[in-house]
Amino acid sequence: MRRWVISTALALAFAAYGAADAKTFRFSTSGDINGLDPHLNNEGPTNAMKNNIYEALIFRDPDLKLRPSLATEWNQTSPTTWRFKLRQGVKFHDGTPFTADDVVFSVKRNNHDQSDLRTYSASVVEVKKIDALTVDLVTRVPDPILPQNIPAVFIMSQAWSEKNKTPTPVRGIVGNESYANLHANGTGPFKLLDRVADTRTVLVPNPDWWGKVEHNLTRVEFRPIVNAATRVAALLSGEIDMMFPVPLQDVPRLKRSAGIRVMEGPELRTIFLGMDQHRAELLDMPGSGKNPFKDKRVREAFYKAIDIQAIHKVVMRGASAPTGLMIAPGINGFAKDLNDRYPFDPDGAKKLLADAGYPGGFTVTLDCPNDRYVNDEAICQAVVPMLARVGVTVKLNAQTKSKHFDKIGQRQNWNTSFYMLGWTPGTYDAHNMLYNIITLKSGPGAGSNNSGQYTNPRVEELTRQIESESDQEKRNKMIWEAMKLHKEDFGHIPLHQQALAWGVRDSVAVLPQPPNDAVVVRFVKMK
Amino acid sequence: MIAFVIRRLLQSLIVMLTVGFVAFSMFNFLGDPINNMVGQDATEAEREHLRHVLGLDQPFYIQFLVYLGNALQGQFGMSYRLGMPVVRALAERLPATLELVFCAAGLALLVGVPLGVYTGLHRDRWLSKVFLTLSLIGISLPTFLIGILLILVFAVYLGWLPSFGRGDVVDLGWWTTGFLTVSGIKALILPAITLALFQLTLVMRLVRAEMMEVLRTDYIKFARARGLTNRAVHFGHALRNTLVPVITITGLQIGSLIAFAIVTETVFQWPGMGLLFLQAVQFVDVPVMSSYLVLIAFFFVAINLVVDLLYYFVDPRLRADRAVASGHG
Repeated sequence: MRRWVISTALALAFAAYGAADAKTFRFSTSGDINGLDPHLNNEGPTNAMKNNIYEALIFRDPDLKLRPSLATEWNQTSPTTWRFKLRQGVKFHDGTPFTADDVVFSVKRNNHDQSDLRTYSASVVEVKKIDALTVDLVTRVPDPILPQNIPAVFIMSQAWSEKNKTPTPVRGIVGNESYANLHANGTGPFKLLDRVADTRTVLVPNPDWWGKVEHNLTRVEFRPIVNAATRVAALLSGEIDMMFPVPLQDVPRLKRSAGIRVMEGPELRTIFLGMDQHRAELLDMPGSGKNPFKDKRVREAFYKAIDIQAIHKVVMRGASAPTGLMIAPGINGFAKDLNDRYPFDPDGAKKLLADAGYPGGFTVTLDCPNDRYVNDEAICQAVVPMLARVGVTVKLNAQTKSKHFDKIGQRQNWNTSFYMLGWTPGTYDAHNMLYNIITLKSGPGAGSNNSGQYTNPRVEELTRQIESESDQEKRNKMIWEAMKLHKEDFGHIPLHQQALAWGVRDSVAVLPQPPNDAVVVRFVKMK
Repeated sequence: MIAFVIRRLLQSLIVMLTVGFVAFSMFNFLGDPINNMVGQDATEAEREHLRHVLGLDQPFYIQFLVYLGNALQGQFGMSYRLGMPVVRALAERLPATLELVFCAAGLALLVGVPLGVYTGLHRDRWLSKVFLTLSLIGISLPTFLIGILLILVFAVYLGWLPSFGRGDVVDLGWWTTGFLTVSGIKALILPAITLALFQLTLVMRLVRAEMMEVLRTDYIKFARARGLTNRAVHFGHALRNTLVPVITITGLQIGSLIAFAIVTETVFQWPGMGLLFLQAVQFVDVPVMSSYLVLIAFFFVAINLVVDLLYYFVDPRLRADRAVASGHG
């Protein structure tokens, strides 16, 4: 049987051009979203797209503030219980009403062992339906920052999931494909109209959405373009209205182009260098029985040998915010007074190395990704001569991210002496940074990406307390103390937050640029 | 003849097996796909669990045998990145690639052969020299650069053609085609030219060289002596005799057009198999990579077979030789 179906895209394109008030927002980035299952694929652009279609109990707005969403209010009824009052009269895109059962179902689904976003609800051990519009989330230990995680836990319809045999997130098993990964049924301000992997994802407004509509769109098209030069060309030719990231070398050119503006802002991710502080003997110094990085003076010397202004001006072409702290502004716990870097001081670095017993320096390999962060390899290349100046010979090992993260990760037993890594606290809270990067024993799974195995007993203790401290002021004081100790220990060498760069045509009137690089379609206005 | 075809098909199986095995042994050097699949906050236990579910904790030869066993049952696994069966992912993209490749090959032949004949016949005309100089550019510029230049001129400055995508496609149920819509055809032009350019210059230079050689042979002199028109001599006798190498090269080049459409597809965001493969490499999507490589190996073998069969029709000597040989056997 031959079906002569003109694709819906064509039909709707005519419809869209026909209507006088049609407003289509077309945007692009370097890769497609990885799928639509709300509980699979914990990846920035994918989560951002799901956030247009699905909603969570709480919504994080472009200023990173928490706003009521499917829950109208929430509070702690006991140290381990968070109570959520649900919004009345909300409907899923397929018309089924939203109830407490959907919340119970979705949180459990998000905690399924195949879920990729389990980390956001991992502390929840029990989901209790109190009545049709009240739900309690019971946590293993007191979890003061649970509301910070809840915006990533999307709510699905239980009836829809069960009807379509997609009650759990699954991956990689033939014959057990996730229906939810290819289809969507949320409560959000936009509905999925059409999706062709690697080609387009098309959204239309949900006319029955409960919230106040702030956009003026009739249609949204997301069209990934892998090649950066093509992406720039498509923006210049007006085929798309917005694209990111703009390659750094194209920023001045786009700024000069008529009808196009470049929106720049700091990102939440902090790029830093780490040093092996646990091996008795450095990987590059076999037989010596020595690990120079165990000496704080050596770590300080490395820090002071790096000319961050040169990296900022030359390598990053100004598109970075040098940092002295491991967390960015916008992350809860950020302290401005700790963010100043120690000064660049190569002579001091030389002296420190001499004091530590390495007047002639030593040799070390720097592990670096070459396709993960903005100019990652170029930054590492710049670090090599900076350290050579103080006598340290750095061998650069730059490779693709899959290889890099595997090498410096736990599976290869932190097979690195000196490495680059970038980290965004997924919870928008400093505890996530302390827990994953700066401590080893502050809880189960702590130090998951602490490849240099830095540890300080006081910081470990503080991190444990921070996890369950409900008094925000007290908690922030503890974060400050932990961050200060880590800074004085030279536990890692923070470099910068790279800048976001979005290319936007003047056809777009309003477009918020949150520091998490998410396109929040519900606030976009076209001219 | 039938035995010959069957033998070749059996050989193709061996080629595909070898390609699959080599591919699998290489994938170990691509790194760990798990990091691309789970979030940065995932614990090592969660990673290990997923690794186990996907069978990535097995040594590569076991992974290969499992893959082989499933492949024999027609199952090529699930794409890690897309979460859909690999067969469907490839089948969805095959039409885009084949339409692009055949347009490019057609363009290369339709333009390359006449240009080759012209430059072969009129070696000293200034126009021939212009064509030859241009062909040098076509051969020496990388595909990537040609694509970007075309985009810059025709999409950005002139605004005539789209810079990316395949336009609107019509779904025929088993095939999606861009030939039936204006935007589909417009979208095809730049990628087809980009992909064709190298082949075009190759065909042109090949036809030219062959023409010049054939024109020196005795039977051309006899043809002229018989008083045949230039037209009959050039096209009836000379061109026909240049076709055997042209068919061989074109046939083989179609294989490489499919395989090397990767670059063109990436530049133009053409939703074909090449783009799928490139993204699979970045994501370490092992099932997609292995199935793509095996499929390409099959294409190469199949096209070679077709080329061999075509010889029979083009070159009467082959048919005669074969008959004599089998007569003695």
